[in-house]
Amino acid sequence: MLAALAGIIERDLRLAFRRKGDVAQVLVFFVIVASLFPLGTGAEPNQLRAMGPGVVWVAALLAALLSLNRLFAADYADGSLEQLLIAAQPLAATVTGKTIAHWLTTGLPLTLLAPLLGVQYDLPGPALGALVASLALGTPVLSLIGAVGAALTLGARGAAVLLALLVLPLYVPVLVFGAGAVGAALAGLPHGAHLSLLGAFLAFSTVFAPWATCAALRIALD
Amino acid sequence: MLRAESLACERGGRLLFKSLAFALAPGTLLRVAGPNGAGKTSLLRIVCGLARPAAGRLLWSGEDAHGLGEEYTRQLLYLGHLSAIKEDFTPRENLRFALRLAGLLPPPEALEAALARLGLAGREDVPARYLSQGQKRRVALARLALSQAQPLWILDEPLAALDVDAIETVMALVSAHLDAGGMTVLTTHQEVEIASTSASVLRLVLGG
Repeated sequence: MLAALAGIIERDLRLAFRRKGDVAQVLVFFVIVASLFPLGTGAEPNQLRAMGPGVVWVAALLAALLSLNRLFAADYADGSLEQLLIAAQPLAATVTGKTIAHWLTTGLPLTLLAPLLGVQYDLPGPALGALVASLALGTPVLSLIGAVGAALTLGARGAAVLLALLVLPLYVPVLVFGAGAVGAALAGLPHGAHLSLLGAFLAFSTVFAPWATCAALRIALD
Repeated sequence: MLRAESLACERGGRLLFKSLAFALAPGTLLRVAGPNGAGKTSLLRIVCGLARPAAGRLLWSGEDAHGLGEEYTRQLLYLGHLSAIKEDFTPRENLRFALRLAGLLPPPEALEAALARLGLAGREDVPARYLSQGQKRRVALARLALSQAQPLWILDEPLAALDVDAIETVMALVSAHLDAGGMTVLTTHQEVEIASTSASVLRLVLGG
Protein backbone atom coordinates (compact mmCIF):
# COMPACT_ATOMS: atom_id res chain seq x y z
CA MET A 1 0.00 0.00 0.00
CA LEU A 2 2.74 2.45 0.97
CA ALA A 3 4.89 1.38 -1.96
CA ALA A 4 1.90 1.93 -4.27
CA LEU A 5 1.39 5.39 -2.80
CA ALA A 6 5.07 6.26 -3.19
CA GLY A 7 5.03 5.00 -6.79
CA ILE A 8 2.17 7.30 -7.78
CA ILE A 9 3.66 10.29 -5.97
CA GLU A 10 7.00 9.72 -7.71
CA ARG A 11 5.29 9.43 -11.09
CA ASP A 12 3.26 12.62 -10.69
CA LEU A 13 6.13 14.64 -9.25
CA ARG A 14 8.33 13.55 -12.14
CA LEU A 15 5.62 14.60 -14.60
CA ALA A 16 5.22 17.95 -12.83
CA PHE A 17 8.98 18.44 -12.98
CA ARG A 18 8.91 17.88 -16.76
CA ARG A 19 6.13 20.47 -17.02
CA LYS A 20 7.49 23.16 -14.76
CA GLY A 21 5.40 25.74 -16.61
CA ASP A 22 2.14 24.32 -15.22
CA VAL A 23 3.41 24.59 -11.66
CA ALA A 24 4.87 28.04 -12.26
CA GLN A 25 1.60 29.26 -13.80
CA VAL A 26 -0.26 28.65 -10.54
CA LEU A 27 2.37 30.39 -8.44
CA VAL A 28 2.65 33.35 -10.81
CA PHE A 29 -1.14 33.74 -10.69
CA PHE A 30 -1.02 33.73 -6.90
CA VAL A 31 1.72 36.36 -6.74
CA ILE A 32 0.10 38.60 -9.36
CA VAL A 33 -3.36 38.60 -7.77
CA ALA A 34 -2.00 39.23 -4.28
CA SER A 35 0.34 41.95 -5.56
CA LEU A 36 -2.22 43.86 -7.64
CA PHE A 37 -4.58 44.57 -4.73
CA PRO A 38 -2.32 47.08 -2.95
CA LEU A 39 -1.80 48.87 -6.28
CA GLY A 40 -5.53 49.11 -6.86
CA THR A 41 -6.65 50.06 -3.39
CA GLY A 42 -3.90 52.46 -2.36
CA ALA A 43 -1.08 51.91 0.07
CA GLU A 44 -2.71 52.98 3.32
CA PRO A 45 -1.01 50.62 5.87
CA ASN A 46 -4.02 50.12 8.16
CA GLN A 47 -6.30 49.31 5.25
CA LEU A 48 -3.70 46.91 3.79
CA ARG A 49 -3.27 45.15 7.10
CA ALA A 50 -7.03 44.78 7.44
CA MET A 51 -7.54 43.20 4.03
CA GLY A 52 -4.25 41.29 3.82
CA PRO A 53 -5.39 37.97 5.31
CA GLY A 54 -8.49 37.79 3.11
CA VAL A 55 -6.72 38.76 -0.09
CA VAL A 56 -3.84 36.32 0.34
CA TRP A 57 -6.23 33.50 1.21
CA VAL A 58 -8.58 34.23 -1.70
CA ALA A 59 -5.62 34.38 -4.09
CA ALA A 60 -4.33 31.03 -2.78
CA LEU A 61 -7.78 29.49 -3.13
CA LEU A 62 -8.22 30.70 -6.72
CA ALA A 63 -4.72 29.53 -7.61
CA ALA A 64 -5.54 26.07 -6.22
CA LEU A 65 -8.80 26.06 -8.19
CA LEU A 66 -6.93 26.96 -11.35
CA SER A 67 -4.68 23.92 -10.96
CA LEU A 68 -7.44 21.38 -10.35
CA ASN A 69 -8.32 20.32 -13.84
CA ARG A 70 -4.81 19.11 -14.54
CA LEU A 71 -5.25 16.58 -11.72
CA PHE A 72 -6.94 13.94 -13.87
CA ALA A 73 -7.56 15.53 -17.28
CA ALA A 74 -4.21 14.61 -18.87
CA ASP A 75 -4.38 11.03 -17.60
CA TYR A 76 -7.93 10.80 -18.88
CA ALA A 77 -6.99 12.07 -22.34
CA ASP A 78 -4.05 9.70 -22.94
CA GLY A 79 -5.63 6.57 -21.45
CA SER A 80 -3.41 6.43 -18.34
CA LEU A 81 -6.46 6.80 -16.12
CA GLU A 82 -7.85 3.50 -17.41
CA GLN A 83 -4.60 1.84 -16.43
CA LEU A 84 -4.70 3.48 -12.99
CA LEU A 85 -8.24 2.19 -12.46
CA ILE A 86 -7.41 -1.42 -13.23
CA ALA A 87 -4.00 -1.42 -11.56
CA ALA A 88 -2.98 -4.14 -9.11
CA GLN A 89 -3.13 -1.61 -6.29
CA PRO A 90 -6.28 -0.24 -4.64
CA LEU A 91 -7.70 2.81 -6.42
CA ALA A 92 -7.89 4.65 -3.08
CA ALA A 93 -4.07 4.45 -2.83
CA THR A 94 -3.72 5.82 -6.38
CA VAL A 95 -6.12 8.69 -5.73
CA THR A 96 -4.51 9.56 -2.40
CA GLY A 97 -1.09 9.51 -4.04
CA LYS A 98 -2.23 11.79 -6.85
CA THR A 99 -3.80 14.19 -4.36
CA ILE A 100 -0.64 14.31 -2.25
CA ALA A 101 1.44 14.97 -5.39
CA HIS A 102 -1.01 17.74 -6.36
CA TRP A 103 -0.63 19.34 -2.94
CA LEU A 104 3.17 19.08 -3.09
CA THR A 105 3.17 20.95 -6.41
CA THR A 106 0.52 23.59 -5.55
CA GLY A 107 -0.47 23.84 -1.89
CA LEU A 108 3.02 23.52 -0.48
CA PRO A 109 4.66 26.17 -2.71
CA LEU A 110 1.68 28.48 -2.11
CA THR A 111 2.14 28.06 1.64
CA LEU A 112 5.87 28.78 1.37
CA LEU A 113 5.33 31.87 -0.79
CA ALA A 114 2.54 33.31 1.34
CA PRO A 115 4.71 34.99 4.04
CA LEU A 116 6.46 37.04 1.34
CA LEU A 117 3.11 38.29 0.12
CA GLY A 118 2.00 38.85 3.71
CA VAL A 119 4.90 41.25 4.13
CA GLN A 120 3.47 43.35 1.27
CA TYR A 121 0.41 43.85 3.45
CA ASP A 122 2.55 44.78 6.44
CA LEU A 123 1.35 41.76 8.43
CA PRO A 124 3.29 41.41 11.72
CA GLY A 125 5.17 38.26 12.73
CA PRO A 126 2.39 36.44 14.62
CA ALA A 127 -0.06 37.02 11.74
CA LEU A 128 2.49 35.67 9.24
CA GLY A 129 2.88 32.59 11.42
CA ALA A 130 -0.89 32.13 11.49
CA LEU A 131 -1.01 32.60 7.70
CA VAL A 132 1.51 29.83 7.12
CA ALA A 133 -0.14 27.52 9.67
CA SER A 134 -3.64 28.09 8.26
CA LEU A 135 -2.46 27.54 4.67
CA ALA A 136 -0.52 24.44 5.69
CA LEU A 137 -3.73 22.98 7.14
CA GLY A 138 -6.13 24.47 4.58
CA THR A 139 -4.45 23.84 1.21
CA PRO A 140 -4.49 20.01 1.60
CA VAL A 141 -8.26 20.31 2.12
CA LEU A 142 -8.46 22.33 -1.12
CA SER A 143 -6.59 19.55 -2.97
CA LEU A 144 -8.71 16.77 -1.44
CA ILE A 145 -12.08 18.41 -2.13
CA GLY A 146 -10.84 19.63 -5.50
CA ALA A 147 -10.00 16.07 -6.50
CA VAL A 148 -13.64 15.08 -5.99
CA GLY A 149 -14.76 17.95 -8.20
CA ALA A 150 -12.12 17.22 -10.84
CA ALA A 151 -13.19 13.57 -10.98
CA LEU A 152 -16.88 14.45 -11.18
CA THR A 153 -16.43 16.89 -14.06
CA LEU A 154 -14.06 14.64 -16.02
CA GLY A 155 -14.94 14.58 -19.69
CA ALA A 156 -17.79 17.06 -19.26
CA ARG A 157 -18.15 20.01 -21.60
CA GLY A 158 -17.42 23.30 -19.86
CA ALA A 159 -15.68 21.32 -17.14
CA ALA A 160 -13.75 24.33 -15.79
CA VAL A 161 -16.87 26.38 -15.01
CA LEU A 162 -18.71 23.36 -13.66
CA LEU A 163 -15.75 22.49 -11.47
CA ALA A 164 -15.67 25.99 -9.97
CA LEU A 165 -19.42 25.96 -9.30
CA LEU A 166 -19.18 22.55 -7.68
CA VAL A 167 -16.13 23.11 -5.55
CA LEU A 168 -16.37 26.76 -4.45
CA PRO A 169 -19.22 26.28 -1.95
CA LEU A 170 -17.18 23.54 -0.30
CA TYR A 171 -14.13 25.82 -0.21
CA VAL A 172 -16.00 28.59 1.64
CA PRO A 173 -15.62 27.17 5.19
CA VAL A 174 -11.89 26.67 4.60
CA LEU A 175 -11.59 30.28 3.43
CA VAL A 176 -13.62 31.64 6.36
CA PHE A 177 -11.59 29.86 9.02
CA GLY A 178 -8.27 30.22 7.20
CA ALA A 179 -8.56 33.98 6.76
CA GLY A 180 -10.23 34.14 10.19
CA ALA A 181 -7.18 32.61 11.86
CA VAL A 182 -4.90 35.26 10.34
CA GLY A 183 -7.38 38.03 11.20
CA ALA A 184 -7.52 36.88 14.81
CA ALA A 185 -3.74 36.73 15.08
CA LEU A 186 -3.59 40.24 13.59
CA ALA A 187 -5.99 41.51 16.25
CA GLY A 188 -3.88 39.85 18.95
CA LEU A 189 -6.62 37.30 19.71
CA PRO A 190 -6.02 33.56 20.14
CA HIS A 191 -6.47 31.74 16.84
CA GLY A 192 -6.06 28.15 18.00
CA ALA A 193 -9.75 27.42 17.53
CA HIS A 194 -9.63 28.42 13.86
CA LEU A 195 -6.65 26.17 13.28
CA SER A 196 -8.33 23.31 15.16
CA LEU A 197 -11.35 23.61 12.91
CA LEU A 198 -9.15 23.63 9.81
CA GLY A 199 -7.48 20.50 11.22
CA ALA A 200 -10.88 18.94 11.64
CA PHE A 201 -11.78 19.76 8.00
CA LEU A 202 -8.50 18.17 6.97
CA ALA A 203 -9.15 15.00 8.98
CA PHE A 204 -12.69 14.74 7.67
CA SER A 205 -11.75 15.28 4.02
CA THR A 206 -8.75 12.92 4.26
CA VAL A 207 -11.16 10.15 5.17
CA PHE A 208 -14.05 10.90 2.83
CA ALA A 209 -12.70 12.79 -0.18
CA PRO A 210 -10.54 9.96 -1.67
CA TRP A 211 -13.45 7.59 -1.34
CA ALA A 212 -15.77 9.98 -3.20
CA THR A 213 -13.07 10.62 -5.81
CA CYS A 214 -12.71 6.88 -6.48
CA ALA A 215 -16.46 6.51 -6.95
CA ALA A 216 -16.56 9.53 -9.30
CA LEU A 217 -13.63 8.21 -11.38
CA ARG A 218 -15.28 4.81 -11.80
CA ILE A 219 -18.45 6.51 -13.02
CA ALA A 220 -16.52 8.81 -15.36
CA LEU A 221 -14.81 5.88 -17.09
CA ASP A 222 -17.76 3.46 -17.17
CA MET B 1 -10.52 -19.51 -16.38
CA LEU B 2 -12.75 -16.73 -17.61
CA ARG B 3 -16.43 -17.18 -18.34
CA ALA B 4 -18.96 -14.68 -19.63
CA GLU B 5 -22.65 -15.41 -19.12
CA SER B 6 -25.36 -13.67 -21.17
CA LEU B 7 -23.50 -10.35 -21.28
CA ALA B 8 -25.33 -7.34 -22.65
CA CYS B 9 -23.93 -3.91 -23.36
CA GLU B 10 -25.74 -0.64 -23.89
CA ARG B 11 -24.05 2.53 -25.10
CA GLY B 12 -25.89 5.81 -25.43
CA GLY B 13 -29.30 4.12 -25.26
CA ARG B 14 -28.45 1.64 -28.01
CA LEU B 15 -28.12 -2.06 -27.34
CA LEU B 16 -24.78 -3.16 -28.82
CA PHE B 17 -25.03 -6.85 -27.98
CA LYS B 18 -26.92 -9.15 -25.68
CA SER B 19 -26.86 -12.78 -24.55
CA LEU B 20 -23.16 -12.96 -25.24
CA ALA B 21 -21.44 -15.96 -23.70
CA PHE B 22 -17.97 -17.43 -23.99
CA ALA B 23 -15.54 -19.42 -21.91
CA LEU B 24 -11.81 -19.00 -22.02
CA ALA B 25 -9.63 -21.87 -20.84
CA PRO B 26 -5.86 -21.56 -20.30
CA GLY B 27 -4.04 -21.47 -23.63
CA THR B 28 -6.95 -19.95 -25.53
CA LEU B 29 -7.01 -16.91 -27.75
CA LEU B 30 -10.34 -15.15 -28.21
CA ARG B 31 -10.39 -13.01 -31.30
CA VAL B 32 -13.23 -10.51 -31.28
CA ALA B 33 -14.19 -9.37 -34.75
CA GLY B 34 -16.90 -7.19 -36.16
CA PRO B 35 -17.48 -3.93 -38.01
CA ASN B 36 -16.78 -0.49 -36.49
CA GLY B 37 -19.25 0.34 -33.76
CA ALA B 38 -20.22 -3.28 -33.13
CA GLY B 39 -19.09 -3.05 -29.51
CA LYS B 40 -15.65 -4.67 -29.59
CA THR B 41 -14.00 -2.06 -27.40
CA SER B 42 -17.05 -1.98 -25.11
CA LEU B 43 -16.79 -5.75 -24.66
CA LEU B 44 -13.09 -5.50 -23.84
CA ARG B 45 -13.74 -2.73 -21.33
CA ILE B 46 -16.33 -4.95 -19.65
CA VAL B 47 -13.94 -7.90 -19.61
CA CYS B 48 -11.19 -5.87 -17.95
CA GLY B 49 -13.56 -4.46 -15.36
CA LEU B 50 -13.62 -0.81 -16.45
CA ALA B 51 -17.24 -0.90 -17.54
CA ARG B 52 -20.20 -2.77 -16.12
CA PRO B 53 -22.36 -4.92 -18.37
CA ALA B 54 -26.02 -3.90 -18.72
CA ALA B 55 -26.89 -7.52 -17.97
CA GLY B 56 -25.10 -10.80 -17.38
CA ARG B 57 -22.00 -11.69 -15.40
CA LEU B 58 -18.34 -12.21 -15.89
CA LEU B 59 -16.81 -15.02 -13.86
CA TRP B 60 -13.13 -15.44 -13.00
CA SER B 61 -12.47 -18.94 -11.55
CA GLY B 62 -16.17 -19.14 -10.74
CA GLU B 63 -16.38 -15.82 -8.89
CA ASP B 64 -17.90 -12.57 -10.08
CA ALA B 65 -14.96 -10.68 -11.60
CA HIS B 66 -16.38 -7.20 -11.00
CA GLY B 67 -16.83 -8.01 -7.32
CA LEU B 68 -13.27 -9.25 -6.92
CA GLY B 69 -11.72 -5.81 -7.44
CA GLU B 70 -7.91 -5.83 -7.40
CA GLU B 71 -7.93 -9.60 -6.90
CA TYR B 72 -9.11 -9.73 -10.49
CA THR B 73 -7.35 -6.75 -12.06
CA ARG B 74 -4.03 -8.03 -10.67
CA GLN B 75 -4.46 -11.04 -13.01
CA LEU B 76 -4.84 -9.04 -16.17
CA LEU B 77 -3.00 -6.83 -18.56
CA TYR B 78 -5.17 -4.40 -20.52
CA LEU B 79 -3.90 -2.45 -23.46
CA GLY B 80 -6.59 -0.04 -24.53
CA HIS B 81 -7.36 1.84 -27.67
CA LEU B 82 -5.39 4.70 -26.08
CA SER B 83 -1.80 3.69 -25.41
CA ALA B 84 -1.47 5.42 -22.01
CA ILE B 85 1.92 6.76 -23.02
CA LYS B 86 3.08 9.90 -21.22
CA GLU B 87 4.61 12.25 -23.78
CA ASP B 88 6.93 13.74 -21.16
CA PHE B 89 8.33 10.38 -20.13
CA THR B 90 10.96 8.40 -21.96
CA PRO B 91 10.06 4.88 -23.16
CA ARG B 92 12.06 3.50 -20.25
CA GLU B 93 10.04 5.53 -17.71
CA ASN B 94 6.75 4.76 -19.42
CA LEU B 95 7.47 1.05 -19.26
CA ARG B 96 8.74 1.19 -15.68
CA PHE B 97 5.68 3.03 -14.35
CA ALA B 98 3.25 0.87 -16.34
CA LEU B 99 4.78 -2.28 -14.86
CA ARG B 100 4.89 -0.76 -11.40
CA LEU B 101 1.13 -0.23 -11.57
CA ALA B 102 0.82 -3.93 -12.26
CA GLY B 103 2.91 -4.57 -9.16
CA LEU B 104 6.07 -5.50 -11.07
CA LEU B 105 9.53 -4.11 -10.39
CA PRO B 106 11.80 -5.62 -13.06
CA PRO B 107 15.53 -4.81 -13.07
CA PRO B 108 16.78 -2.13 -15.52
CA GLU B 109 18.33 -4.73 -17.86
CA ALA B 110 14.95 -6.43 -18.24
CA LEU B 111 13.35 -3.11 -19.23
CA GLU B 112 16.06 -2.53 -21.78
CA ALA B 113 15.69 -6.03 -23.21
CA ALA B 114 11.90 -5.62 -23.48
CA LEU B 115 12.25 -2.31 -25.33
CA ALA B 116 14.91 -3.81 -27.60
CA ARG B 117 12.60 -6.72 -28.39
CA LEU B 118 10.07 -4.21 -29.72
CA GLY B 119 12.76 -2.49 -31.81
CA LEU B 120 13.25 0.51 -29.56
CA ALA B 121 16.95 -0.02 -28.83
CA GLY B 122 18.67 3.36 -28.80
CA ARG B 123 15.39 5.20 -28.19
CA GLU B 124 15.06 4.29 -24.51
CA ASP B 125 15.81 7.78 -23.26
CA VAL B 126 14.12 9.96 -25.88
CA PRO B 127 10.97 11.68 -24.56
CA ALA B 128 7.98 9.88 -26.05
CA ARG B 129 6.68 13.04 -27.70
CA TYR B 130 9.48 12.72 -30.28
CA LEU B 131 8.39 9.18 -31.21
CA SER B 132 6.04 8.27 -34.05
CA GLN B 133 2.58 6.77 -33.47
CA GLY B 134 3.85 3.29 -34.22
CA GLN B 135 6.82 3.71 -31.89
CA LYS B 136 4.55 4.88 -29.07
CA ARG B 137 2.41 1.81 -29.62
CA ARG B 138 5.57 -0.29 -29.42
CA VAL B 139 6.44 1.29 -26.06
CA ALA B 140 3.01 0.29 -24.75
CA LEU B 141 3.41 -3.21 -26.18
CA ALA B 142 6.83 -3.68 -24.58
CA ARG B 143 4.87 -4.52 -21.42
CA LEU B 144 3.91 -7.83 -23.01
CA ALA B 145 7.51 -9.03 -22.89
CA LEU B 146 7.54 -8.67 -19.09
CA SER B 147 3.97 -9.62 -18.19
CA GLN B 148 4.02 -13.41 -18.34
CA ALA B 149 2.91 -13.43 -14.69
CA GLN B 150 -0.49 -12.01 -15.63
CA PRO B 151 -2.58 -14.86 -17.04
CA LEU B 152 -5.15 -12.74 -18.89
CA TRP B 153 -4.13 -10.34 -21.63
CA ILE B 154 -6.76 -8.03 -23.08
CA LEU B 155 -5.52 -6.21 -26.15
CA ASP B 156 -7.59 -3.67 -28.05
CA GLU B 157 -6.29 -3.31 -31.60
CA PRO B 158 -2.70 -4.14 -30.61
CA LEU B 159 -1.57 -4.28 -34.21
CA ALA B 160 -2.87 -0.88 -35.33
CA ALA B 161 -0.10 1.47 -36.56
CA LEU B 162 2.52 -1.29 -36.40
CA ASP B 163 4.79 -2.39 -39.23
CA VAL B 164 5.20 -6.00 -40.37
CA ASP B 165 8.20 -6.73 -38.12
CA ALA B 166 6.46 -5.41 -35.03
CA ILE B 167 3.29 -7.37 -35.82
CA GLU B 168 5.41 -10.52 -36.00
CA THR B 169 7.05 -9.75 -32.64
CA VAL B 170 3.72 -9.05 -30.94
CA MET B 171 2.13 -12.22 -32.28
CA ALA B 172 5.19 -14.21 -31.19
CA LEU B 173 4.80 -12.79 -27.67
CA VAL B 174 1.10 -13.64 -27.68
CA SER B 175 1.67 -17.21 -28.82
CA ALA B 176 4.42 -17.72 -26.23
CA HIS B 177 1.95 -16.48 -23.63
CA LEU B 178 -0.69 -18.93 -24.84
CA ASP B 179 1.84 -21.78 -24.84
CA ALA B 180 2.64 -20.99 -21.23
CA GLY B 181 -1.03 -21.43 -20.35
CA GLY B 182 -2.08 -17.79 -20.60
CA MET B 183 -5.28 -16.41 -22.07
CA THR B 184 -5.63 -13.58 -24.54
CA VAL B 185 -8.60 -11.58 -25.75
CA LEU B 186 -7.86 -9.34 -28.70
CA THR B 187 -9.56 -7.31 -31.37
CA THR B 188 -8.01 -6.77 -34.74
CA HIS B 189 -9.04 -6.05 -38.28
CA GLN B 190 -6.10 -7.98 -39.63
CA GLU B 191 -5.97 -11.72 -40.09
CA VAL B 192 -3.49 -13.00 -37.54
CA GLU B 193 -1.56 -16.20 -37.43
CA ILE B 194 -0.62 -17.90 -34.23
CA ALA B 195 2.55 -19.93 -34.49
CA SER B 196 1.66 -21.97 -31.43
CA THR B 197 0.34 -25.48 -32.00
CA SER B 198 -1.09 -26.06 -28.55
CA ALA B 199 -3.19 -22.91 -28.42
CA SER B 200 -6.82 -22.92 -29.47
CA VAL B 201 -8.34 -19.94 -31.20
CA LEU B 202 -11.94 -18.82 -30.71
CA ARG B 203 -13.62 -16.28 -32.93
CA LEU B 204 -16.39 -14.05 -31.73
CA VAL B 205 -18.14 -11.94 -34.32
CA LEU B 206 -20.14 -8.99 -33.03
CA GLY B 207 -22.85 -7.18 -34.92
CA GLY B 208 -22.80 -9.75 -37.69
